[in-house]
Amino acid sequence: MDPMESIRQTFFLECEEQLTELEAGLLALEAGQAEPDTVNAVFRAVHSIKGGAGAFKLHNLVQFSHAFETVLDRVRCSRLQASPHVMKTMIRAADILSDLVAAARDQRELASGAWQGVEGELRSLCSDTEGPAPAAPTSGTGAAEEAFSFTPALIALDFPPPEPQPSCVTIKFKPADELYAKANEVVPIFRELARLGSVAAVCCPDAVPHLEDLNPLGAYLSWTIELKTSHGESAIREAFEFVEGDCLLEISCPAPDAGLGFDNASNELGAATSQPEEEAAKVVDFAPREIESTASATSALSAAQASASSSSGSGKAETGAGPGLNQSQPTIRVDFERVDRLINLVGELVINQAMLSQRIIEAGVGNSPSVAIGLDELEHLTREIQEGVMAIRAQPVRPLFQRMARIVREVADSTGKAVRLRTEGEATEIDKTVVERLADPLTHMIRNAIDHGVEAPEQRTSLGKPAEGQVRLTAGHKSGRVVIEVADDGAGIDRPRVKAIAIKKGLISVDAQLTDTEIDNLLFLPGFSTASTVSNISGRGVGMDVVKRSIQALGGRISIASQPGAGSTFTLSLPLTLAVLDGMVVAVSGQTFVIPLTAIIETVKPSPASVHPLGVGSRVIAVRESFLPIIDVGSELGIREPLTAAHTGVAILVETEGGAQNALLVDAIQDQRQVVIKSLEANYGQTPGVAAATILGDGRVALILDVDALVNRRRSESTSYEMPIAVGA
Amino acid sequence: MKNRKSEAETNSQEFVVFRLGVQEFCIDIMSVREIRGWTPSTPLPHSPQFVRGVINLRGTVLPVIDLADRLGLATVEQTASQVIVVVQIGNRVVGLLVDAVSDILMIDAEKIQPTPGVSTEATRSFVVGIIGIEERMISLLSLDNVLPMGEVEAA
Amino acid sequence: MNRTILTVDDSRTMRDMLKMALVEAGYDVVQAVDGLDGLEVLKGTVPDVIVTDINMPKLDGFGFIEAVRALQKFRGVPILVLTTESDQEKKARARSAGATGWIVKPFNPEKLVSAIRRVLA
Repeated sequence: MDPMESIRQTFFLECEEQLTELEAGLLALEAGQAEPDTVNAVFRAVHSIKGGAGAFKLHNLVQFSHAFETVLDRVRCSRLQASPHVMKTMIRAADILSDLVAAARDQRELASGAWQGVEGELRSLCSDTEGPAPAAPTSGTGAAEEAFSFTPALIALDFPPPEPQPSCVTIKFKPADELYAKANEVVPIFRELARLGSVAAVCCPDAVPHLEDLNPLGAYLSWTIELKTSHGESAIREAFEFVEGDCLLEISCPAPDAGLGFDNASNELGAATSQPEEEAAKVVDFAPREIESTASATSALSAAQASASSSSGSGKAETGAGPGLNQSQPTIRVDFERVDRLINLVGELVINQAMLSQRIIEAGVGNSPSVAIGLDELEHLTREIQEGVMAIRAQPVRPLFQRMARIVREVADSTGKAVRLRTEGEATEIDKTVVERLADPLTHMIRNAIDHGVEAPEQRTSLGKPAEGQVRLTAGHKSGRVVIEVADDGAGIDRPRVKAIAIKKGLISVDAQLTDTEIDNLLFLPGFSTASTVSNISGRGVGMDVVKRSIQALGGRISIASQPGAGSTFTLSLPLTLAVLDGMVVAVSGQTFVIPLTAIIETVKPSPASVHPLGVGSRVIAVRESFLPIIDVGSELGIREPLTAAHTGVAILVETEGGAQNALLVDAIQDQRQVVIKSLEANYGQTPGVAAATILGDGRVALILDVDALVNRRRSESTSYEMPIAVGA
Repeated sequence: MKNRKSEAETNSQEFVVFRLGVQEFCIDIMSVREIRGWTPSTPLPHSPQFVRGVINLRGTVLPVIDLADRLGLATVEQTASQVIVVVQIGNRVVGLLVDAVSDILMIDAEKIQPTPGVSTEATRSFVVGIIGIEERMISLLSLDNVLPMGEVEAA
Repeated sequence: MNRTILTVDDSRTMRDMLKMALVEAGYDVVQAVDGLDGLEVLKGTVPDVIVTDINMPKLDGFGFIEAVRALQKFRGVPILVLTTESDQEKKARARSAGATGWIVKPFNPEKLVSAIRRVLA
């Protein structure tokens, strides 16, 4: 890849990190929870983005970040108070900055109306305080200047000299102690002058004291330099740019017949040659080749400095970098591809180990104690490696939650409601791929919560609630899964209305008896959309059913709980990683399938007496006090006709979202083990009733069943809404 | 997918030729990843007739398509002598079940003739040309239409 | 043998750009991510030139320069600061801390290399 392109990518990656820091810092400041360095960190984040943007000539970004940076600079010097108004402006500015970065990355223009307004506000914050910002002109030319590329140093910036012939310039140069203290050297300066023309320099050692009075770090030499050059004075001054202020410098450009200068030189020449001290310099014709001799002259004097600089030349040249990006702990960056490949390989290892175990047992060797122990250890080690590798991809949900903070702001603004986002458990870690795929569902749920759940401020106060609504986003680990909650303190689900809509859309029958939970779950049915006026925000044709499917595609579950007047809570339960699953291996009509263990409640061998027909084409099984619908897996998957004698199979009792229980009828249970999940969708697509695939110990592919899908399919096929009927009710 | 070589070289491409029943077909070698012997596949419920199932290809789950079935030709019982041609179509990797691979040929672009008018609409969507070599007629297959994935999700 | 340049900047983008320009010009590059890290690196390396940013976490450019100048070993090592054109205040402060010269951001490679040449004996 083109190196610039690679750095450009690095830049945008870095911007993402800076933007995250920026938002976190600003929010902490607003909440009064900032640390002493937070303001500086926030400033640095914007400063950093500005720096890189300048290098890539992203003018809009440079301009905006400059205005932002100026405000931040004032805040950190306490020249500007971080009042709520200022904080709000800065938080908006952070959002805009993020948009500008995204636009720059995608190489498109952001509509100027989007950001110029906020930029103007930032500017006005600065003009109120003492004096205008050093480089914040109204038309942004200051920032634009910085974005210009500079012409190389050696080209004279002045107009070309009036005469075609070079002129003689006399330069009187006497370095002060400080010049050397800052590690400046005269040799490079003479070298620069030599680039401008021909140099004749005379060193005057008059000021050099006797040895016993000599300060090794002192500067005693001065030079008179005759420079024949066609460059103007500014080019000459540029050679002295770094040392101006640490020396006496006189540049005089005499008339074209510059005889005078040389006379002076010859006088000094006479004076110089009569000095016997070893530090006496010679008149040197300053062709660059002679640099070594001058170097020895000056280094004889400033011995201490010279030894330092020469030893630095022989310093070790390590090209390694220090630990990268130590924000909190040392980290390294690794390409995703490498991690993915590693994870795949580990997946293969798990399969292979399972296969090996199986073959060994089949070969009859598995009973020998040493072999059995060896196999056990192998399995144990493999599992540990697997967990370790999975953890590499695990990331805290914090950035995701921070994105939601912005969504909350935007939706609250556009619906005219006051809403605050509270988060908990931001450090909870999930597999990166899961985090990415949660963004859309979470966004949609939060939009819903604010749009439909949280009431308008006036309504809230009239109900005795605080005017500002709250959306709570929490994450945590619970029994091997990640649990994420999205809760609002709004009006809760309007159950009568939901039921009415469901009836109207033919999703349930008119006289269906539903529990509250079941009504709440109607929201997840495809084709259900509460908004009869489809609102701008949530009603983009995306219903909760899509959210549910996204969560399920991640191997997760979603459920809802709601209290009228108090609010609603969505609970997501996700596997820690996408890659493995604990499953029960079953046989159906000669084929092998896997049922996720998390869905299974128990297994039951039906007796002929416990199976009862219900209505047309349905059967239920009696389990303790209830009757559960039987779902014949073989027939649902289209493999065969339903088992007439259900009691010849095994019933696996499963629980689906919403708490409904069903019995999956299979031929036999083979095993229970951890399997590696292989995607079907990558090369094929979606198959109803099938979540994914796995490779068993014998190398063959087995399908992993999507329990919820199977159950729903069955349910939608039947005409009435089946549910458990309590005996004796 | 087309591999246009420079002007200096002859304008020819490499093709993998295989047999379905009595007909011969060929596809651009650039889309062929590997050729495997037949292994039994795990059937996919509710899948189209021509999707035989999935197999394990070194850890990846690979769908296997009975090409004869897909093209509407007479199908035969799967036998161990059949061959699976693993191809890449877009960003999917799938296996095509064929009777046998007969050849790998370098064919001049000029030798490719348009499909004769006798063919049906269906055939035309797969066969984008024919090639005459000695006395054989080989139909050039375009894989893009072999997997119209939108239809795969059966009702 | 090549001259070695230590670049100190908390922005990875900047570090990459500096490295690219300097390596192109024939220098060896050692990197540090902030002032503190810079001092750490200096424990093991004596570079020919140091290029440092000003705004960095943990130990900023000024603190870093002062610390380096306090060390005998690095007295003769030129230090260039990366600064924005308009910031005279920062430039002056850097100089009084002991900076040898400066490079203006955004820099172009020629300007960077010429500044280094001007301080490298």
